[in-house]
Amino acid sequence: MARNYQTPLGRARGLGAAGEGTHHWWRQRVTSLALVPLSLWLAVSVARWPHAEYAGVVEWIGAPWNTVLLLSCILLTTLHASLGIEVIIEDYVHVDWVKILLVVVVKLILAFVALAAGFATLRIAFVG
Amino acid sequence: MHERPLSPHLQVYRLPLTALLSITHRVTGVVLLAGLIGLAVCLMNAAQGAQAYAPVQRFLQGPAGGGLVWIWVVALLFHFCHGIRHLIWDTGFGFRKEALGRQAALELAATAALAGAVYFLS
Repeated sequence: MARNYQTPLGRARGLGAAGEGTHHWWRQRVTSLALVPLSLWLAVSVARWPHAEYAGVVEWIGAPWNTVLLLSCILLTTLHASLGIEVIIEDYVHVDWVKILLVVVVKLILAFVALAAGFATLRIAFVG
Repeated sequence: MHERPLSPHLQVYRLPLTALLSITHRVTGVVLLAGLIGLAVCLMNAAQGAQAYAPVQRFLQGPAGGGLVWIWVVALLFHFCHGIRHLIWDTGFGFRKEALGRQAALELAATAALAGAVYFLS
């Protein structure tokens, strides 16, 4: 019989050597699923954007469905991006403290970007 | 010492198409992240009024801005297509060698078709 070196507690937790379960992987999949329809809408919207004047842009952002779709895109893309960039940093940066610092800084920047983009969208929708 | 097999050495190993697409998925992911920051800047400028938005509009309507927008859109569409493939892989299908080649071609064709559709719609 193969010897099992895992402690009973380790086996019960079932988190393996990384100390994490499938949470990261699962969140990446759920956000990607939501982004399947959203990113097609976003691709067309962004491609159209340069053609519009200021008044057209503001009017477009303020249209109710556009506001909600844009906010959904901002929320889900920043979440998805922060999960993805975390993996990329973990794969290529091998000095522990640099890796941790970089992941934290990039995630904080992304949270700030999401907040700025979301706030701007809401402000345009409510104030114009 | 016994000769041991080496893992693919990037400088001398010709990457198969699947590997090229895989690294492209990562690169496009980073490109999209950069574009997201650009989108936030555009939105913030638009929120500040017509005067603040004027330079953004000039940039977007110039060749550099227009080029960046299209690089971003194509990166998004590629990432979309390869992402769908990842979701299919997650169900356990599409790992046979023939399937890999066929899906790679399909994915590139779908990216081109979607880019055409977006161009047509915009």
